Amino acid sequence: MEKGTLRLKTGLAQMLKGGVIMDVTTPEQAVIAQEAGACAVMALERVPADIRRAGGVARMADPVIVKRIMEAVTIPVMAKVRIGHITEARILEHLGVDYIDESEVLTPADDKYHLNKHDFRVPFVCGARNLGEALRRIAEGAAMIRTKGEPGTGNVVEAVRHIRMVTGQLRHLLSLPEEEVPGYAKELGAPLELLNIVRENGGLPVVNFAAGGISTPADAALMMQLGCDGIFVGSGIFKSADPAAFAKAIVAATTNYNDPAVLAEVSEGLGDAMPGLEISSIAPEQRMQERGW
Amino acid sequence: MVEPLHIGVLALQGAFREHRLMLERCGAEVTEIRRPFDTSAFGGLERFDGIVLPGGESTTMGRLLTDWHLLEPLRECGRRGMPLFGTCAGLILLCREVEGPDGRLLTQPGLGLLDARVRRNAFGRQIDSFETEFPVRGVAENCRAVFIRAPVIVSCGTDVDVLARVDGPEGPLPVAVRQGNVLGAAFHPELTQDERFHAFFLDMCRKWKDNRPAMGI
Repeated sequence: MEKGTLRLKTGLAQMLKGGVIMDVTTPEQAVIAQEAGACAVMALERVPADIRRAGGVARMADPVIVKRIMEAVTIPVMAKVRIGHITEARILEHLGVDYIDESEVLTPADDKYHLNKHDFRVPFVCGARNLGEALRRIAEGAAMIRTKGEPGTGNVVEAVRHIRMVTGQLRHLLSLPEEEVPGYAKELGAPLELLNIVRENGGLPVVNFAAGGISTPADAALMMQLGCDGIFVGSGIFKSADPAAFAKAIVAATTNYNDPAVLAEVSEGLGDAMPGLEISSIAPEQRMQERGW
Repeated sequence: MVEPLHIGVLALQGAFREHRLMLERCGAEVTEIRRPFDTSAFGGLERFDGIVLPGGESTTMGRLLTDWHLLEPLRECGRRGMPLFGTCAGLILLCREVEGPDGRLLTQPGLGLLDARVRRNAFGRQIDSFETEFPVRGVAENCRAVFIRAPVIVSCGTDVDVLARVDGPEGPLPVAVRQGNVLGAAFHPELTQDERFHAFFLDMCRKWKDNRPAMGI
């Protein structure tokens, strides 16, 4: 019997596909998310919009919050650690969370290195803005990738940019003649071995979700249209006027992303989405997507 | 030439693509099911020679099955003898009773076609997920089995044929079962390269198609 294998780690992400993972800060919110059809929840102390507003250093959530949320729901529970924070990751692994997000939403703990995720039995998801970043995270052991987007803004433009970048670079890689692959590996800053795996596989060897700025059912469906395997919604649910209704509508839109009749129906009468932020209004050093490398 | 089998794969959430690819490799034609195709009792699902319920989150799928009015059509197809194959969350959806890891009975929407009580997350959380190899009677002597937050059958009726067991916290318990036209596995053959489990299911579908009764339509 083997545990903690790559197949088990990537396998759980495969089971989450076509689903919505929702940020929650209390057991009550976790239950609302589960009732609405979330396939997993992300246990947090604050949603990204509040982290952005609060400023200062954002860290792993208090274990008591994570534990209470784990007790409240039957779906998988994820939680975030700071980039490179080995100890926070060990704590969450000990608590038994089902997935760890090594996340740029929190303040990085290491300015040079991400975690060696091979070293853990618990699987990790990491953000990526482009193929090089995605493959570097996979090389470190990430079993799931997501776009970074710009968290807490309710503005989907950055997530769109990131998924278009990744899929565009994938198309390019798949079309290259053999002799040009090593040069492209150098350009991307990613291991040649992984580029070859992508070419054999016809795509990334792990699931790729959308995250960062998704706030309406139409946003979720858009990201699925653009080739994402599933959706993370951070502030979009519990910063909206009617969280239960938004949650349910975003789940329906993710399943039926190709069906405009369903999308029109579920978008109707939802009330106000979370307030949005124009990206240019955020100073470059305040942009979470710039964290990590 | 034999007409290819037409299999429906429930595609509300989860690993439906993996099932699709494996069934296609076995020569079947596959259509994804997201909502009923019409408003009849069978919801248009009678067009299929068999239906696969994939792994994913059973809470999520149960909710979406209810919201999209697929529960009754699926149940009707199963009752009329159409082969159904559920893996992991799909197995949970097939069972008559579902309990939590603590043994408490849960009320979650399901098909109730398999006379068995299933325990969710029976081996623990993701950190306790595991891979192993064992014989599955009638399928293979050495099946690679991937258990991800997997359920287990804690009790079942005499009509349920146990094809494989695995050692759990309370001794060996069934993880692959068949009751007539209903086939279930607590693990994920669709995550391996081994097509034998799917071939076994397609064999059930072929036999049913060849002797298929009129479904009253």
